[in-house]
Amino acid sequence: MENIPQEARTSVRRTLEIEIQELRDALLYLGSMVESQILNSVAALKNRDFDSSRKIIEADLDINRKRYAIEEKVMIAIATQQPMAHDLRLLASILEISGELERMGDYAKGIATINIRMKNDPLLKPLVDIPVMAQKSTSMLHRALTAFIDEDVEVARAIPQEDDEVDYLYDQVYCDLMALIIQDPTTIQRANWLLWTAHNLERVADRVTNICERTIFSATGVMREIETENDKK
Amino acid sequence: MTTNYSELLKRGVQTRRLRRKSVNGFMLSLTGILTLLALVPLFWIIGYVIYRGGKTLNLAFFTQLPKPMGMAGGGVLHAIEGSLIVTLMATVLAFVPGVLAAFYAARNPNTPLGIALRFSTDVLSGVPSIVVGLFGYTLIVKPQGHYSAFAGSVALAILMLPTIIRTTEEMLKLVPGALREGSLALGASEWKTSLNVLLPAAMDGVITGVLLAIARAAGETAPLLFTTLGNERFDLGSIIKSGVQNHQGIFQIMGRIFNSPIDSLPLTLWKYAQQPYPERVDQAWGVALILMILVLTINVIARIWIELRKKKLRG
Amino acid sequence: MDMKIEIKQKGDWVVDDNPNIKMKTTYLSVNYGKFRALTDINMEISEQKITAIIGPSGCGKSTLLRSFNRMNDLTPSARIEGEIALDGENIYGKNVDVVDVRRRIGMVFQRPNPFPKSIYDNVSYGPRLYGIRDRNNLDGIVESSLRQSALWDEVKDKLHQSGMSLSGGQQQRLCIARALAVQPEVILMDEPASALDPISTLRIEELMHDLAKSYTIIIVTHNMQQAARVSDFTAMMMIDETRSGRLIEYNATNIIFTRPQDKRTEDYVTGRFG
Repeated sequence: MENIPQEARTSVRRTLEIEIQELRDALLYLGSMVESQILNSVAALKNRDFDSSRKIIEADLDINRKRYAIEEKVMIAIATQQPMAHDLRLLASILEISGELERMGDYAKGIATINIRMKNDPLLKPLVDIPVMAQKSTSMLHRALTAFIDEDVEVARAIPQEDDEVDYLYDQVYCDLMALIIQDPTTIQRANWLLWTAHNLERVADRVTNICERTIFSATGVMREIETENDKK
Repeated sequence: MTTNYSELLKRGVQTRRLRRKSVNGFMLSLTGILTLLALVPLFWIIGYVIYRGGKTLNLAFFTQLPKPMGMAGGGVLHAIEGSLIVTLMATVLAFVPGVLAAFYAARNPNTPLGIALRFSTDVLSGVPSIVVGLFGYTLIVKPQGHYSAFAGSVALAILMLPTIIRTTEEMLKLVPGALREGSLALGASEWKTSLNVLLPAAMDGVITGVLLAIARAAGETAPLLFTTLGNERFDLGSIIKSGVQNHQGIFQIMGRIFNSPIDSLPLTLWKYAQQPYPERVDQAWGVALILMILVLTINVIARIWIELRKKKLRG
Repeated sequence: MDMKIEIKQKGDWVVDDNPNIKMKTTYLSVNYGKFRALTDINMEISEQKITAIIGPSGCGKSTLLRSFNRMNDLTPSARIEGEIALDGENIYGKNVDVVDVRRRIGMVFQRPNPFPKSIYDNVSYGPRLYGIRDRNNLDGIVESSLRQSALWDEVKDKLHQSGMSLSGGQQQRLCIARALAVQPEVILMDEPASALDPISTLRIEELMHDLAKSYTIIIVTHNMQQAARVSDFTAMMMIDETRSGRLIEYNATNIIFTRPQDKRTEDYVTGRFG
């Protein structure tokens, strides 16, 4: 209760405000869980740490549980508090974003699974771009969630532009791996694992864009897709 | 140190218990006794009147005219007929003006006329009935040159007016304003609303008011002294018979009835009680009994009607 | 202040294409003696739609509603400025017959107010006022009105019983039938379900949807969820510094309750007002 702002504590809709604040906190917590999962899954892959990957796969259950808890809390708030206008948009957005986060968690779980599946095969090439993609996309995620909590429309509009960078890195990884495959077709399996990993990270960045669109909708009521420079080409 | 109020209260409840109970019991008994005391006069009167008047009541008493003084027997048919005629006529005279005046006062309480009406009603209800009788004498008997039932009914009507106006006004106020709005919203005019919605809604109460007014009027003696005088030979039956025989129209017959002096129950009681003949005195008691039963019955009916109406409104 | 209704919006749901305007207020102001209860109300009521008027207590909602059928005339100190047009003609015009206005614009009140007469007499009261006396005609009107207000099946065998013997919800439907019996074009409802239990309330709301197919309905309600459930358009009212009621925002209900334009409306519909 400590982090509930004064206005919420004395508001006419105190019950609803408290519910919303708790949901915001829950969403941030879920977000940080997902961030760790992503970063840890790539680190585990880089270090070929199978234990770590197993833990990551188990931890995904927590993420799912947390997501459903958030969903239920939102449903209850809608049913019992009859939220309107901004409150309603906010709750609907929380619902949507928790779904996005859960899917991002699945991507991290996918990467951990890849690590385990690869077993004792060495990495086809040392991971250079992939860790950068992980850094970039988790940074975007972190800032997007903060923007959602703060209802910062400007920041929310800006973050999706960074998706272009992640896409660029993905293209790099793709080209590098393609070159290796052409050189030696037997590496195709191991290339696939890495390509899939990069693909998961690229999808994380895409989903961050969705979160930003939701932020703008929640704050302004306008639902519009955000176009990046790449999209406009 | 903060006082422990709940402890104080608990102690207070316990220590005063016996004293409370005994005081309570004493007061209750006292109230009961005093109530009984207050009821004593009523029951005494009722009992005594029944005792003294009961023996003279027989069929003849109700259906015969009085025999000449000194002779036993005879009845008070003339008085019964007289009371009925005068009271009925008074009701007819007082009803419509009373109800209309009440309508006006209820709808326009703050206009000069409305205020004047309310004030006059209050004053009129306090005027001694004998004064009203004198008024009737001056207004009707003197110019006409003779006593009549008509004069008596005018006097009684004046006495009934305040009761009717006041009760009707109270009953109209009880009608929810929402009914009036509902009617107006359908496009009805004000007077149609009053006639078709408000009056029927208040009607039960209005009738009660009229009944109570009748009960009062039936027992009045003083105003009738100066207006109807009394008439021991009044015989409704023979008036009607002779009228029919002489081919008189109904209005003519009615005219004859209303223009003749007439007796009434309280008037008869007053006369008979003063006469030296013991039979007459006994008959006075009989009339008293009739009057008492009449007034009691009307009151009881009126009260029962009010209760039934209340139940109906509650749904 | 000109209130234009934003009807079309992005996405698949379109509220209405070009509704007909049934009633229109133009700079309507209502004074009770020196007190200005309403100031400069400009709004258009769409035909055969349900328009809700919401706002905090004392903001003039009922005053506005009662202006539509000239019930304010009954208050001696009431003075009207501006116009209210029904099908283009000012109902406060010089030669206007108030009785006809009240026939064409019916009213249902907050507390059911059936007359202490039989159910039949309640419903036939209106037609009788307008000279319909033939028993067959009255029977037909009574049945048709009671059917329209979804009460016929419950009372058809006891039309002679007093209207007061019905339950609250039934009484209100009786009052609706009574209003329908004179064939109005507009029905005004002043918090019609606020005195009723929740089930009766929902029935009345469903009834409103049915009635809107044939009549134009204007409802005042302090229950926001009801306004949201029932209406096509919502008008938000509030008092200004001089304690006079004003129209703050007027738009499609969907917009008022998902993305209102005015902060005061937002505060009110989210329940943070006051």
